[in-house]
Amino acid sequence: MPSKPISIKDFPKDEFMVKGHTACPGCGMAIAVRQALKILGKNTVLAIPAGCIAGGSTTGPFPLSGFALPTVYCSFDETAAFLAGIETALKVKGLKEKFNVVGIAGDGGTADIGLQCLSGAVERGHKIIYICYDNEAYMNTGIQRSGTTPYGAWTTTTPVGSLRMFKQEPKKDMPQIMIAHKIPYVATASPAFPSDLAGKIKRAMEIGGPAYIHIHTPCPTGWRFPPEKTIEVARLAVLSGMWILYEVENGVFKLNVKISKRKPVKEYLSIQGRFRHLTAEDLEKIQKEVDENCKRVGM
Amino acid sequence: MVKIPTVTSWQDLPVGCVVPGGTMIINKTGAWKVFRPVVDHKKCTLCMLCWIYCPDSSVVLAEGKIEFDYDHCKGCGICANECPAKAIRMELEV
Amino acid sequence: METEKLTFTGNESAALGAKLARVEVVATYPITPQSTIVENLSRFIANGELKAEIINAESEHAAISICIGASLSGARTFTATASQGLVLMHEMLHWAAGARTPIVMAVTNRALCVPWSLHADFQDAISQRDTGWIQFYCENNQEVLDTIIQAYKISEDKRVLLPSMVSLEGFILTHTVERVDVPKQKDVDEFLPPYKNEFFYIDPENPLAENVVVLPDWYMEYRYQQEVAMQNAKEVIDKVSKEYFDKIGRNWGGLIEAYMMEDAEVAVVTMGTIAGTARVAVREMRKKSGKKVGLIKVRCFRPFPVEEFKKFSSLKALAVIDRSYSFGCGGPLCTEVKSAFYNTEEKPLILGVVAGLGGRDVNVGDIINVLEKTIEVSKTGKVERETIWLNLKGEQLR
Repeated sequence: MPSKPISIKDFPKDEFMVKGHTACPGCGMAIAVRQALKILGKNTVLAIPAGCIAGGSTTGPFPLSGFALPTVYCSFDETAAFLAGIETALKVKGLKEKFNVVGIAGDGGTADIGLQCLSGAVERGHKIIYICYDNEAYMNTGIQRSGTTPYGAWTTTTPVGSLRMFKQEPKKDMPQIMIAHKIPYVATASPAFPSDLAGKIKRAMEIGGPAYIHIHTPCPTGWRFPPEKTIEVARLAVLSGMWILYEVENGVFKLNVKISKRKPVKEYLSIQGRFRHLTAEDLEKIQKEVDENCKRVGM
Repeated sequence: MVKIPTVTSWQDLPVGCVVPGGTMIINKTGAWKVFRPVVDHKKCTLCMLCWIYCPDSSVVLAEGKIEFDYDHCKGCGICANECPAKAIRMELEV
Repeated sequence: METEKLTFTGNESAALGAKLARVEVVATYPITPQSTIVENLSRFIANGELKAEIINAESEHAAISICIGASLSGARTFTATASQGLVLMHEMLHWAAGARTPIVMAVTNRALCVPWSLHADFQDAISQRDTGWIQFYCENNQEVLDTIIQAYKISEDKRVLLPSMVSLEGFILTHTVERVDVPKQKDVDEFLPPYKNEFFYIDPENPLAENVVVLPDWYMEYRYQQEVAMQNAKEVIDKVSKEYFDKIGRNWGGLIEAYMMEDAEVAVVTMGTIAGTARVAVREMRKKSGKKVGLIKVRCFRPFPVEEFKKFSSLKALAVIDRSYSFGCGGPLCTEVKSAFYNTEEKPLILGVVAGLGGRDVNVGDIINVLEKTIEVSKTGKVERETIWLNLKGEQLR
C-alpha cells in the first residue's frame, strides 16, 4: 500500500526545528527537516550526528539547542547504531510503541562514514526511521566531496584545475543500497514536493521500520546559487529527471511523480555555480544517463 | 516559557551535557537579513506555500493573514520566489 | 541450571556476572578470546534465564555506540571485547565517559597487532587509560564474576555515573576452568537495585537535548566535573567492596590489596593473574628464606590509588611488573606508581619490569628473581636500569 500525499493545509502547526537555528538562509535541509518533523510529531526521539543539522544549525552553543524533541547528538559514524541502542532500550522498557525513533543524517554521515552502521542496523530490522538529507557534499565542514556528490560537481576537494577536473565518479545510489537490504520501506523525497514527502514520512511511521527516506536537499552555499532559489532548484531536479521521486514498499516499486515532458538537465545544472565549468560534452553525458535512468523506472 | 539553565560553576553544570530542547528560539536570527519579505494581502490567496517552504518557521498565520516573524526571518527570499500570486516582495532592510 | 555447576571459565564467569546483574541490553561482536562471553549470554537470553535484548552489532565500534544509545535511554547495558575490538572502540570510549553512561564492559585482554597475537597482555585496556573509564584488573575467575556485579553498583552510583571496564586475561582466565561460587540471584538483587537514569530521559512533555556544543567558556568545567566523579569513585569502590562482603561474603579489597605488607621491606606491584602468581612467590620466599617481601595488587587502575601508594612510602624498594608498555617512556603502571610517590618525603626505589607481553608466561620463579633483584637494589641503593624486560632473548640496550 503506497504512501498517500498529505495536503499542505493538513500539515500540523507545531514547529520542532525551532526558529533561531543557525542554518544558512535558504537551507534546503532546514525546509525538509522542518516538514518531516511536523509529520513525525512530538513523540519522536532523534539521533542527530555531526553535520549541518547539528553543528551547522541546532547544537548550542551550550546551553542552547534547536530541536523541541528528545535529542541525542550522536557520533558522526554511528547514527544508526545509536538508533539501534535507543530503540532496543525502549523495547526493553515496553515503551517502543509510544515513540518514533528517528535518525536524521547528512549524505556523508549516511553513504560514507555512516554506511556500516546503517547497513547493520537495517539488516537487524530495528524499528527505526532513517532520514538522509542529501546536500551532495560534506557541507558543514566546507563543501568537500562525498560519495553522493554527483558527477561533474565542483567541491573544495574536487576543484576545477588544470590536471584534475571536478568529481569524476558517479553519485552513490543510497536508496538502491537500502532496497538491496530488503527493508520494508525505502523512499526518495524532495522539499519542493512537501505533500509527497509528508505522505512518505507518514507511511514510514505506519510501517514502523526499518524505513529509509532519502531527501534531496539543495544547498545554496555549496551548490552556488542565490538562497531564494532553493525550492526552485529542488523542483528542477525532479522535473528534469535528475532526482526521481519513488518509493519501494516490501519490494514493490511505485513511481510517485511522473514527469511526462522532462526539462533538459541543462536547465537544472546551469542554475548552479558548481556546474558552470561543464562542457557541452559533459552535459550530453549527464543527459544520456538521466534518460536511461528515467527509462528504467518507466518515466 | 523557555527555560535556559543558569550556570555559574562546574557544580551547576547539567550532568552529561543535557539541556532543555528548543531553547534556540531566543536567538534572533532576524539580524542576519539584508532584505525582508513584505506581503500584499490583497494578492495573497492563502495557499500556504510560503509557510511550508520557510526554512526558519518565520512565516506565520496570524488572524487569518500571512505575517512574518522579522525577529527570526533571515531574508532568504524563498517565500517571495515561490509565491504563485507574486504577493510577496523583498524590500531592503533598513 | 548454572548454579549446580561448581567450576567455570573466566568467560562463563563474566557472563554469569552480567546475568546476575540483570543487564537489559547486550551488544555483541565476536573476537577471540571474548566470544564465549556473548555466546553464553545469548544462550541465557534464548532460554529465558535472562530477560534482555541482544544486539549482534556489525563491529565493536557499533557495539559500544549501541550501548551508549541504550544506556542514555535508560537500560542497563553490557558488552565485551578485546584487543583490536577495544581499540576500535576508542573514539566511543571517550564518548561514553563524557556522556556519563554507566556501561560495564568485560575486556578479555589480548595483545595488539602488529605483530598479530591472540595471547594475553594488558596493552589493549591500559592504552585506554585516558578515556575516563573506571578500570579493574582481575586475578581469577571468582573476582571476575564479583567485580562485574560490583561494577554496576559503582558505575551507577549518582556520585560516579562513569562506565567501567573489567579486565580478565585472554586464555589465562577466559578459557581456564576454576572453582567459582555463583551468588544467589535474590542476594544480588538486594545488593544491586534496578538502574534508573535521571539526567537524560525521553519525555515529549519535557524534551531534552544531550551533547550540545560547549565552547571554551564551559568545556574545562565539564571535564573537571568528570574528574570529580572519577575521584568520587574511589570512595564508592571501597564502600561497594564492603557492602558486597556483607551481602555475598567476598572482599577483593578496594582499589588495591596489600598482601603480607605489614612488615615487608620490599614488594612487588602488579595487576591481574601475575598478582596471583606473585602471591605464591611471596609466600615461598618468606617460607624458604624469611625475606620480608610482599605484594601490592593493583585491583583498580583508574582511578589510580595514589593515596594508597603514599602509605607505602617508607618501603625500601618496589618492583613494578607491567604487562604492557608505553613506547618511549616505560611501563604505564610503573610510571604511575613512581608519580604517586613523587611528592612524598620518603620514597622507595622503584624498578620497572616488563613481563608477559604477547602471552609469555610469568611463573613463580620469575617473580622470585624479580624480588631478589629488588632486594639487591634496596641494599645498594641504586637502580642501574630503570626498566628490565624480563627473560628477553638478546641484549637489552637501554
